[in-house]
Amino acid sequence: MTTSEYAAERETTEGRVFTVTGGDWDSITSSIDPLSNEKIVVNMGPQHPSTHGVLRLVLELEGETVTEARPVIGYLHTGIEKNLEYRNWTQGVTFVTRMDYLANMSNEVAYCLAVEKLLGVTDQITERTNTIRVMFMELQRIASHLVWLATTGMELGAISMMLYGFREREYILDIFEETSGLRMNNGYIRPGGLAQDVPESAIRKIRDFLKYLPKKLKEYEAMLSGQIIWQQRTQGVAVLDVTGCLALGITGPVLRSAGLPWDLRKTMPYCGYENYEFDVPTATTADVWGRYLVRMAEIRESLKIVEQALDRLKPGPIWIEDKKIAWPSQLALGLDGLGNSLEHVAKIMGQSMESLIHHFKLVTEGFRVPPGQVYVAVEHPRGELGVHAVSDGGTHPYRVHYREPSFVNLQAIPAMAEGALLADVIAGGASLDPVMGGCDR
Amino acid sequence: MSIEPGTQGSVPAGAELGAPAQTPPSPDKGMFGVKGTGDVSGFGRLVRPRPAVFDSPRPYGGYFDDVYDALEEAYPALSEAIEKVVVDRAELTLHVRAEHIAEVCQVMRDDASLRFELCSSVDGVDYLSSDERRFHVAYQLTSMTYRRRVRLEVAVAEGVTVPSVTRVYPTADWQEREVYDMFGVVFAGHPNLTRILMPDDWEGHPQRKDYPLGGVPVEYKGAEIPPPDQRRVYQ
Repeated sequence: MTTSEYAAERETTEGRVFTVTGGDWDSITSSIDPLSNEKIVVNMGPQHPSTHGVLRLVLELEGETVTEARPVIGYLHTGIEKNLEYRNWTQGVTFVTRMDYLANMSNEVAYCLAVEKLLGVTDQITERTNTIRVMFMELQRIASHLVWLATTGMELGAISMMLYGFREREYILDIFEETSGLRMNNGYIRPGGLAQDVPESAIRKIRDFLKYLPKKLKEYEAMLSGQIIWQQRTQGVAVLDVTGCLALGITGPVLRSAGLPWDLRKTMPYCGYENYEFDVPTATTADVWGRYLVRMAEIRESLKIVEQALDRLKPGPIWIEDKKIAWPSQLALGLDGLGNSLEHVAKIMGQSMESLIHHFKLVTEGFRVPPGQVYVAVEHPRGELGVHAVSDGGTHPYRVHYREPSFVNLQAIPAMAEGALLADVIAGGASLDPVMGGCDR
Repeated sequence: MSIEPGTQGSVPAGAELGAPAQTPPSPDKGMFGVKGTGDVSGFGRLVRPRPAVFDSPRPYGGYFDDVYDALEEAYPALSEAIEKVVVDRAELTLHVRAEHIAEVCQVMRDDASLRFELCSSVDGVDYLSSDERRFHVAYQLTSMTYRRRVRLEVAVAEGVTVPSVTRVYPTADWQEREVYDMFGVVFAGHPNLTRILMPDDWEGHPQRKDYPLGGVPVEYKGAEIPPPDQRRVYQ
């Protein structure tokens, strides 16, 4: 029955089915009669190294040309939105940060902005907190774009790029760890403030990083931009123009690579982005190459913003003044992770009964949020990240929905892939930068 | 005669609130299953006001008046289509009758003084027991030309279909599928309304308020922690 040592085949009612494991394409093509079997349906994923996590693509091929592409998602659905309804508003941060695991800070900020808007306290967020939020969102954008560069490099055959990209990202994760105690899934941005202030050691690391990365960026460009394989794999591949982007709801670097400078940091600013000087990079090629250029330029713009944020970082409170919302204790980073500071524990356990009651009520029960609904959007590394939060007046969210850019952007795969070559599906899919944790939530 | 649970018989009053326990079927009713008085705790005299949504008076402020006037001019049947206009927290929500939503979206997208080119998000909310038409679908529209946002909202009872907006906004394709998957709202005219996040053979619609979260009790340092939907809630 089996005609080769690699691809096992069996007859089904839908036709002959091959189970491939890689490196066995020749054995399939040799066992198919090209005249009677022009069409092949390839099931790519959900476990495939180049689909960025558990994305499954059902591709119909004629020769090497894709005639139909159908993305199948949901393999990483964890019910985060449902879970949020059973936790209080502050605990929600712990969940939303796990959605898009390459952009934890952006997820957290979007959620907190929504809660703060529901509470009506957006203006009361302290300047230091806003500055730190901006700084960390931009560091997160750099980290996310570096992972994009790393994985795309790997998928298009530039393996060394993967090693470099992940190496530089680790630098940023170190900064996050220094500040929040965790590399990823930080739970650092909280409604009304931040879990704790940025330590001086992290500031020093950020300053070092600002000097370190530009040199490395030049190296990457020297390695990739002039490379003939890189150019041919990206230029003119997976083209999607502005009309296509808007119809399919595509935002972020993909939309900007088509020439529309739509960036929520400029067009609908939040967290004080209007006070920073930066450009919105665009390209006009609308292909994978353009997306590469846009992302590289965005890393440089983010570095500019981080530098400005460092300069305007003045000492001050990080929590909102309203004691009914602000977290009752200053958290401190101990040897075993983030926890209540020892001074605070001494106070509530030994000195002040009222402080203990206040702490207990706020931590177990949480604060109440007036009924209503809001939609808040931030510019996520992948596009518009929107949070639709509904409150019924209780201490738990009534409904929180994430408009995830990965989810929406993945709809573009058929538009990019159909009519193109199989190899370009990889390049096109990678250029969307989907993160399945965010897509499936 | 059958015995209603919770009223008499072996089941103590309030023991069966229906899952999930944390979200009482009515916001008037507290944890202990008390009916009618609007008493939250069952013991105190606290009255929990029902979160009502009121029509906002003109002028709405900001660009909201411009949007409404432009929409009225471009879509003469607007008074029939619109149920309520709500301005809250500097956001405009137009409550649209379900049968008109696709037409309103078409006008919102195409009219030169509206130009809502991008449908940012479509999602559902289940207002179980607080609204006769329990399922609300919210459409967040963005005008890139004018840098404006407007939310359209439709409300339907169970089993009532909503016209699909995929012909106007192809991006709503997956998002409507998600609303169908999570809430069971059927979008008429959708090209391929199948489940998207849950497996194809899944039973039930997980984001509905009467769908339990599930989970098992966990023992932690000798104490048993109930699953999240059976823990105490402070409503």
